[in-house]
Amino acid sequence: MSARGSTATAGRNWTVGLRTWVQGLVPSGQALPDRQPVYVASWIYVFGVLSLASFVVVLASGLVLTVGGSLWWHTSSLGHFVNSMHLWSVELFFATMVIHLWGKFWMAAWRGERALTWVTGVLLFVSSIGTAFTGYLSESDFTSQWIAAEGKDGINAIGVGAFFNILNPAQMLLWHVALLPLAVGALVVWHVILVRRHGVVPPLEASAPEPARVGE
Amino acid sequence: MATVTRPAAGRRAPRTEWDSHDFPTRHYDLVKEFVIALVVMTLLTAALAAIFSSPDDKAITMARWAQADPNDVIATAAGELAGTTTSATYGAPYNHAAEGQSVLGVPLQKWGGVRIPVSSQDLVLQPLAGVRGDPALSQALGTWRGSTTDQQKSWASAYVDALDKAGGDPAKVATGDFGPVPALAAGLLSVARSGALEGALTSAGTFYGGDQTRSVLLLADGAYLEDTAVAQHLGGDQWGMMNEVGNYPGQPWMWLYTFWYQVKPFSTSDNADAEVWALMMLLTLLLMLVPFIPGLRDVPRWIPVHRLVWRDYYRRHPRT
Repeated sequence: MSARGSTATAGRNWTVGLRTWVQGLVPSGQALPDRQPVYVASWIYVFGVLSLASFVVVLASGLVLTVGGSLWWHTSSLGHFVNSMHLWSVELFFATMVIHLWGKFWMAAWRGERALTWVTGVLLFVSSIGTAFTGYLSESDFTSQWIAAEGKDGINAIGVGAFFNILNPAQMLLWHVALLPLAVGALVVWHVILVRRHGVVPPLEASAPEPARVGE
Repeated sequence: MATVTRPAAGRRAPRTEWDSHDFPTRHYDLVKEFVIALVVMTLLTAALAAIFSSPDDKAITMARWAQADPNDVIATAAGELAGTTTSATYGAPYNHAAEGQSVLGVPLQKWGGVRIPVSSQDLVLQPLAGVRGDPALSQALGTWRGSTTDQQKSWASAYVDALDKAGGDPAKVATGDFGPVPALAAGLLSVARSGALEGALTSAGTFYGGDQTRSVLLLADGAYLEDTAVAQHLGGDQWGMMNEVGNYPGQPWMWLYTFWYQVKPFSTSDNADAEVWALMMLLTLLLMLVPFIPGLRDVPRWIPVHRLVWRDYYRRHPRT
């Protein structure tokens, strides 16, 4: 094959196309940079990574619960402790996520082509609420019974209950441990990629930056 | 010496909003930050779990319901046969008994369709059909099935009214033309007491019973479930959707959704569920589209909380 033919083939090569797309997601050196702009100096920045860390604890504790099955935590002290870990990590996840969200609101963090980062963050918040809700429906205790009985009216009122039956714990459990975590996980990845792609939003009304100094 | 970052090739950098890559940088260890955050959150979670544990209030069984409030079981059974319970008059997705809720005239509930058909009479009759060795009950079932729909409704409605007049106590019900309804209701109470009712409702016709729809509907048609919830401050008008048993935090992130149910016009509306959902979807959409909504997106400029976030930067750049 000639060099010219090889180039033409590469242009139609799906693998090359995918590689190019992946490489273009984040500017070179920005996926895991060891430097940040000087204005990144506030405790509010910590809550993004805290919510990410909480999410990892949520996933890990949830995975341990799946080993024993949906009723394990009712009959085992270890299972109950893991369930408690799962509950409190969710509470911390939401607490840090809400602080992160409000922090980004007051920083108007959607500026500079970062609107999609904000949108994915809101989608993450909403899908996390759905995931937590199905978790409560999967507890197989009085809370599950009551939330199902109460919550069905809202879901049914908009026609969704015909397809998403919150009185069916088997359906809710699968949504809780598979579909929704996948959605939340995908949104987390997308959100983090966008954060690394665009960098941390500069201060509002920032003046023209001074030339960057190496080793500052 | 570390790399100085530059804007990505081809990126537009509007002059009023400088690109983050245009600014001087300082050392920052993202991986170390994440690892520390993970350790801190794991330890904090473990500490909270060890100190506060998590609630595990046992689910209400039908036997417990029958034990705690047998009259409620009788009244619920009679209501199911008369077609007067919540589930019997619900509409989609369970039956065609009602139009369901709508938003601005749009019948979303009806559009969802009856995809989970539930017959309220079958919530009583199907479990009873499986009972063996009770000739009186078999005869009552035969009488019910051999009668017309109008006759059935007449008997059941009369018994519901009589129970109501008797304060819910079947023993104090005056004599009347109730047909086999008292025997059927008493039969359901007996099945519930035996512990067989859940299985009869969820596993009928199949070995694996994972769908509790009919059990929860029957239980929720009675008063015992709600009474138990209200006693734990979980009622709909007690912010019940976000609360949890005991003093646990529950789902505080649902405060706004729950809030609307506490205030007019939603607290008195027949379409409250659909209206609250529509409102929450609208508000969620607004939150999502904040970057594109003039005025809303300018709030952070008008209320300078950002001065606290970037106080070091503004101190060093007083011109801004």
